[in-house]
Amino acid sequence: MLKSEDVKVLGSWSSPFVMRARIALNIKSVNYEYLEERLWEGKSELLLKSNPVHKKIPVLIHGDKPICESLVIVQYIDEVWSSGPSILPSDSHERATARFWAAYLDEKWFPTMKTIGLAQGEDARKAVIPQLEEGLVLLEEAFGKCSKGKPFFGGDQIGFQDIAFGCFLGWLRVTEKMNGAKLLSEDKTPALLEWAHRFCSDAAVKDVMPETDKLAEFSKMIMAKMRAAATPKS
Amino acid sequence: MDQMAEHGQEVKLVGAWHSPYVHRVAWVLKLKGIAYEFVEENLNKKSSLLLSCNPVYKKIPVLVHHGKPIVESLFIIEYIDETWKDNPILPTDPYEKAMARFWAPLIDEMLLEGSRKVPYAEEEQLEKQIQQVSEAMEVLEGMLKGKKFFGGEKIGFLDITFRWMTIWLGAIEEVAGVKFFNSGKYPLLEDWKNKFIGFHVVKDNLYPMEKLVRFFKKYR
Repeated sequence: MLKSEDVKVLGSWSSPFVMRARIALNIKSVNYEYLEERLWEGKSELLLKSNPVHKKIPVLIHGDKPICESLVIVQYIDEVWSSGPSILPSDSHERATARFWAAYLDEKWFPTMKTIGLAQGEDARKAVIPQLEEGLVLLEEAFGKCSKGKPFFGGDQIGFQDIAFGCFLGWLRVTEKMNGAKLLSEDKTPALLEWAHRFCSDAAVKDVMPETDKLAEFSKMIMAKMRAAATPKS
Repeated sequence: MDQMAEHGQEVKLVGAWHSPYVHRVAWVLKLKGIAYEFVEENLNKKSSLLLSCNPVYKKIPVLVHHGKPIVESLFIIEYIDETWKDNPILPTDPYEKAMARFWAPLIDEMLLEGSRKVPYAEEEQLEKQIQQVSEAMEVLEGMLKGKKFFGGEKIGFLDITFRWMTIWLGAIEEVAGVKFFNSGKYPLLEDWKNKFIGFHVVKDNLYPMEKLVRFFKKYR
């Protein structure tokens, strides 16, 4: 009964967190209505009503119930549409590991990447790169252990960790482009380099992954606005 | 019993007695009747066990089961709930589960950030911190309306997540001479807090308040 109710996603094309929700719904072949929030023009009534605590996207609205926080949303999707391909691993220890790495990306790795946008001067920006690379080497190792020789963290198909990490690939490429750096490389992260291509070409991903150039233009606009405001954002 | 025998081999909880995160994992293990070995860590001199189990963050708690480490207390609790299925902690309904997963880390953050530095805070900071804790309590008070526990009729994920608060905040109240709990403003929370004093399982796991108070005073 619950499954057939309307599904909406409130999001923004540039948000990696929104991508997670959309990829998960695509994996489960769930039809949904996507509502683009123009965040720089002010948040919609629906967003403010559905996520009064954070006022952030993504929000999944299933029937009349809003669910917030991208990783909570992905797990919700996995549990409600349980007949589709599984997103979380079935083994409890592997699930705990997948959750750990997703949280690491959200709490440590991606926030580090965001500091590049606020860093004053090229030297400051370049100082962040090795920290990101270090994180990627950890993820390369994790990929080896989790994938066990298969194409994705989730095995034969995209899983929780793939979604949690893969959503950042657009911004990773923008960072590489704008800093003349190679974050994913043949010598340090060869497996992830290949995984990234596979992830981005996957049917559940390719229509929701933003183009690097479009994202780069958007990034320049945000950085200009942020520097003008000159207050650090979390 | 068979389930316990099968899964019960070699469960270690690596932690420190003063950590609220360790406390809540220990409570879940106790609630589920899971036998375990407690490995006390000296956080000023971390063991090779801890460093090998949690190389990324080097933090406690770590649960080791069948030789495999699980880290991050809320993930550990989910792992325990998924592995030992008796006396479920998390709701079964996906929406209720999503709500529990949304609120647990958020309120945790508000309470911890609000209270952690209170024993050592300067006056202007103190007001801001107490305000943060108040906001969290406001939310919790709202969640308890019409319920015995956050989990409904029984103790659930959120009860376990926030149980530490009653001890931790109580100790800070004493050390810093502040008041977080307010039975007038948050009567439901006061009732909820008092429920645990009577609980058998919780009683066994209660850290002596005096020990925590001494610990905070030492670092003041």
